[in-house]
Amino acid sequence: MSRRVLAVLLENEPGALSRVVGLFAQRNYNIETLTVAPTEDPTLSRVTLSTDGSDQKIEQITKHLNRLVDVVKVLDLHEAACVERELMFVKISAQGADRAEVKRTCDIFRGQIVDVTATAYTVQLTGESGKLDAFIRALDRSAIIEVVRSGVSGISRGEKVLSA
Amino acid sequence: MSETLSGADMLVRALQDEGVEYLFGYPGGAALHIYDAIFKQQKVEHILVRHEQAATHMADGYARATGKPGVVLVTSGPGATNAITGIATAYMDSTPLVVISGQVPTSQIGTDAFQETDMVGVSRPVVKHSFLVRDCAEIPRTIKTAFHIATTGRPGPVVIDVPKDITDPAITAPYDYPEAISLRSYKPAKRGNGRQLRKAARALAEAERPIIYSGGGVVQGDAGPALTRLAHRLGAPVTNTLMGLGAFPGDDPQFIGMLGMHGTYEANMAMHHADVIFAVGARFDDRVTNNPDKFCPNARIIHVDVDPASISKIINADIPIVGDARSVLEELDALVEAELGKRPERPAAAAGKAWWGQIGEWRDAYGLDHVMKPREDGVILPQQVIQSLYRATGGEAYVTSDVGQHQMFAAQYYKFPEGRRWINSGGLGTMGFGLPAAMGVQFAYPKATVACVTGEGSFMMNMQELSTCLQYGLPIKIICVNNQALGMVKQWQDMQYSGRHSQSTYSDSLPDFKTLAEAFGHLGFRIDHTSDLDAAMDEAFSAKLKDKVVFVDVWVDPDEHVYPMAIKGGSMRDMYLNKITTSQQGDYM
Ligand SMILES: Cc1ncc(C[n+]2csc(CCOP(=O)(O)OP(=O)(O)O)c2C)c(N)n1
Ligand SMILES: [Mg+2]
Repeated sequence: MSRRVLAVLLENEPGALSRVVGLFAQRNYNIETLTVAPTEDPTLSRVTLSTDGSDQKIEQITKHLNRLVDVVKVLDLHEAACVERELMFVKISAQGADRAEVKRTCDIFRGQIVDVTATAYTVQLTGESGKLDAFIRALDRSAIIEVVRSGVSGISRGEKVLSA
Repeated sequence: MSETLSGADMLVRALQDEGVEYLFGYPGGAALHIYDAIFKQQKVEHILVRHEQAATHMADGYARATGKPGVVLVTSGPGATNAITGIATAYMDSTPLVVISGQVPTSQIGTDAFQETDMVGVSRPVVKHSFLVRDCAEIPRTIKTAFHIATTGRPGPVVIDVPKDITDPAITAPYDYPEAISLRSYKPAKRGNGRQLRKAARALAEAERPIIYSGGGVVQGDAGPALTRLAHRLGAPVTNTLMGLGAFPGDDPQFIGMLGMHGTYEANMAMHHADVIFAVGARFDDRVTNNPDKFCPNARIIHVDVDPASISKIINADIPIVGDARSVLEELDALVEAELGKRPERPAAAAGKAWWGQIGEWRDAYGLDHVMKPREDGVILPQQVIQSLYRATGGEAYVTSDVGQHQMFAAQYYKFPEGRRWINSGGLGTMGFGLPAAMGVQFAYPKATVACVTGEGSFMMNMQELSTCLQYGLPIKIICVNNQALGMVKQWQDMQYSGRHSQSTYSDSLPDFKTLAEAFGHLGFRIDHTSDLDAAMDEAFSAKLKDKVVFVDVWVDPDEHVYPMAIKGGSMRDMYLNKITTSQQGDYM
């Protein structure tokens, strides 16, 4: 079992995303994260989703995705080198002596403070999912007010492209 | 200059242009504009059913018998949801259907309007694809695309949900029916990969204990003759799945019967002991493989399927080939011929001698003739009903069935000469399929002999269609194997629940099927003694009753079980052979 990231090029049609999500539910596959937006070609959407499973399971997922009429192409990003990033906002309680400590931790992780109040910081952090996890672990749990993560987006390195 | 038509007229016109003969349906509010357009033309004949589920099974029966898509029209809400069982049935068995459902007007979608159901959502897991039409100008292209998707690659049902405002007679748009459709996201494979084909040909030519395991894909792909040629060239035994029966002639000496849960002893044993399994258009269904971990331990597996997702889904394929069954079988035949030519010292027939000897021993020990023991007291066994049917129809009938013991007996004992003759719900196992499916076949082939083998339980799930039979003069012969119980359920309860027949019997409350048939304007016979069976069957299929629906209610031994039966959790060689004998090899249980 390992975490895998799939990139899916999809017709930008109503209902197309629900077919992708429905497939995962129907076939008992897990979706860990899911991101979707139109590409430079507005008739196409690109989905990045992370899941887990053996090679055999990922192969089945890939085949079933390809079977959907709206799916143009599927790429297993972990098959070759790729770049993956995730965006996270964390609202952290920052008062008194702790305020400086939060700022320091944020600097170490190269986070950006995007909003400030008298009692809290909102930090924006981009990176691989592991780095985001590490940031959360580095904070005092009781100081965390709210976390929102975008889910993974990814692209292959080098010449390899996913296009229609 | 293209014509300008309303959405409703376009829809019906597109069906005409698609060459649709029959539209199986049932009207209601959201579909009334379409029904009005149907009224104004003659080319597409609308068949008024008595329940939307039956409409989908009828279209499905028509599609399975002809290879052409079956077309259905239902209204929104309950009309649409009633069609779901039939859509799921077609999906599981990969038959091409186009189902058009009315929908509430676009402006009311999402408001819980009267008879609103999210049909695209409800049907999503059981369709190959679906559309919600958003503009009447989209209708021609949507219909063309739906037919293209339903009938190509691995066929399947496609739903088109049409809101009522889209078919409004007051709103028109130009009508141009596309000649062809090309979709960038949908390009089904046709020909198999050359390298894989050569590997497969070599493996087949070198095999000492080969077996051909063919399924519904060979029937759907009209690849029976190509399969038969290759099988004869190899001299290899052929087994068919429940869905694949007929693709290889049932009376050919190389045919060793159906395989799987209720397959023949020799077919299941041959699978288990084979060194090369050539699977084509079959999907290693759990009703075939039994426990996948114990599946055919010594075999190299060649797997041909149009759907890449079927390959290595359950059992890993050593030589996967994605492609259309007919094209692959034809190419493979030429390659096998060349391979065999390179091995003159070991012609296929001689190499198979020992293998055939072994298969013969299995057949002599526990073949179907061994598992059935006719009774002396005149009580009819269900198997004898099918034997009598086979005899009376000379093996030439289209046979549909329902689901249960009678279905398995029909599959075991009727020898089908070619594909598309045996029509049953294998994947979903839908009781109530048999009668409407038979009606669909009869619409396709008005002169053919069409028999529906049913159980009294299944029959009562769609018996209202007897009325439709009268309306359209469909002379179906209904052979009811009446064991006064949900026989298959009862068999499992006998074998796995110490005979506790929980909710599987109703013998004190069955209708008199003879008078029931008569009430619907048909003929009914009732038989309960072996001495009357053949005569009644002959009369039902006589020229005199050629134009009549005949309901033959045959009371049979209620305690008979279907054998062989796979032993749960075992390998393919592990079977119950009758009420006391098993073939179990002793490695578990
Ligand atoms: C719609 C539906 N409900 C339930 C079942 C489960 N089931 C499978 S076989 C069977 C009994 C069928 O009885 P009958 O039609 O009389 O056939 P028999 O087995 O007695 O030959 C049942 C209830 C099913 N296959 N389909
Ligand atoms: Mg019964």
